[in-house]
Amino acid sequence: MHPAYSVIIFTTFSGAGYGLLFLMGLFAAGQWIEPDRWFGFTGFFLAFTMVISGLLSSTFHLGHPERAWRALSQWKSSWLSREGVLAVAGFVPFGLFAIGWVIYESHDGAWRLYAMLTVLFAALTVYATSMIYATLRTIRAWFNRHTVRVYLAFALWTGSIWFNMITQLFDLHTPGIGMIVVITGVLALWLKRKYWMFLDTSPSWVPPESATGLGDLGSVRLLDAPNTQENYVQQEMGFKVARKHAEKLRRWAFFSYFLVPWCLAVGTVEAEPWLKIPAAILAVISVMAGTMVERWLFFAEAKHTVNLYYGATDS
Amino acid sequence: MTQIPQNTTGTKLGLVIDLDICVGCHACAVNCKEWNTSGHSAPLPDTDPFGENADGVWFNRVHTFECGDGADSRTVHFPRSCLHCEQPACVEVCPTGASYKRAEDGIVLVNEDICIGCKLCSWACPYGAREYDGDAGVMKKCTLCIDRIYNENIAEEERVPACVSTCPANARHFGDLGDPSSDVSRMVEDRGGYDLMPELHYEPVNKYLPPRPKSTGYEEDRPRRLTPIEPTNEVEEAGGLFRWLDKVLTR
Repeated sequence: MHPAYSVIIFTTFSGAGYGLLFLMGLFAAGQWIEPDRWFGFTGFFLAFTMVISGLLSSTFHLGHPERAWRALSQWKSSWLSREGVLAVAGFVPFGLFAIGWVIYESHDGAWRLYAMLTVLFAALTVYATSMIYATLRTIRAWFNRHTVRVYLAFALWTGSIWFNMITQLFDLHTPGIGMIVVITGVLALWLKRKYWMFLDTSPSWVPPESATGLGDLGSVRLLDAPNTQENYVQQEMGFKVARKHAEKLRRWAFFSYFLVPWCLAVGTVEAEPWLKIPAAILAVISVMAGTMVERWLFFAEAKHTVNLYYGATDS
Repeated sequence: MTQIPQNTTGTKLGLVIDLDICVGCHACAVNCKEWNTSGHSAPLPDTDPFGENADGVWFNRVHTFECGDGADSRTVHFPRSCLHCEQPACVEVCPTGASYKRAEDGIVLVNEDICIGCKLCSWACPYGAREYDGDAGVMKKCTLCIDRIYNENIAEEERVPACVSTCPANARHFGDLGDPSSDVSRMVEDRGGYDLMPELHYEPVNKYLPPRPKSTGYEEDRPRRLTPIEPTNEVEEAGGLFRWLDKVLTR
């Protein structure tokens, strides 16, 4: 699949934004963090910026961005529509939760309920995003049980690195946040490794013999394509560049999304502010860059069945 | 609505494509383009049509495959267009309701007035039937020539899809695959018509008829297989002047 930058940026940044909102909601609902005004303001500002810019970026690849509102109508059947509805509806609990934290500096009573709803909506929105991919039977690399788990784990992991950075900036870091970083990092590493193992070992999905129904005659090879230059279907669904470099890119992704941010965040928990704050900021930069490589591979390594009609020997 | 509607009539209009007969002339693809560029989804764009990066929207494309090995290998021409599936994931994933399946005849269409051009339907189609029109910013696809098959302004025999009407080999047939007594249904029954990628459960309406088995060996009423003659070296056989000339010229 062609890795469109708008979609890579959208899923990476909105995932991190929702992950951050999830953790802020979780810690507020559990009353494990003080409702400090400027801490709350910084957290909401960063989370909303990431979520909104992610959503806007996803509209860039539309043919008719001005009609984007129509995408909210088919929530009964379409996961893309459900994602849109959840993304819009989520701003109600997020907004109320933010008002309670930033203006009233409170996590009590109704504000606590909004914190819980924030946790719910943040998780559901990322779930809906992942289901857009996980329900496409045309792509073996997406149509499996790993896709949803990896999306949720990466949202949580990138969100926790942002959360870690903000708590370090405001000196509100607690052992609980340290534990979240340790656990979610290992979770993202473990689930992504399982996904890549699945990808490397899963048998062929649909062979050309089934795509053409000509298997009774023997093996099926393309002799002549219908067109001499690549058409839309080949440009959109036939990307091959990354597969050649997949091993190298997976290693880079591993260092950048996991090893570097995990070590920086975990290794400097007890350090002096001059060390732990730059380390926490570097961890954020590294985890976002690494996740974009991971997301780029998620698209580039995915093989669509339509390529069987254009010379692919498996899908 | 992008939910799959209950078929109210039992009618399933579609095509039956005979891979035994298709000669790969691409006339169906060309006539499809010709009709549809001024039809329901008009225009079908062509970018850089005479240049090095010719591109454009086609609803029907003809692929040519080689099957089997050695003396038993076959060349099969394979026209590919929308199969108007009974379980069209392209319709279900559409967030706007622009993609829809008609309850009365099962034709899958795009309402270009509300399509946002997100391209997700083309990702959901395993058959590559949908092509994006970058000029109009909307997705386009085979309409089963909805503007021909119900068109009372053209002669009755013309009321078939453009690809069917033009096929010089009669390899393409149009009809109601929901009616077991229709010509197309009987053809599928007799010839073992099949679905493409049945394991994905899209339940295509269009069916393909397999190439008939190749005749093998000697049969009284069929042309005999020719036995190749061992090539001879004409120069070696030629004497005198030609042999001398050959020697001189090959030096």
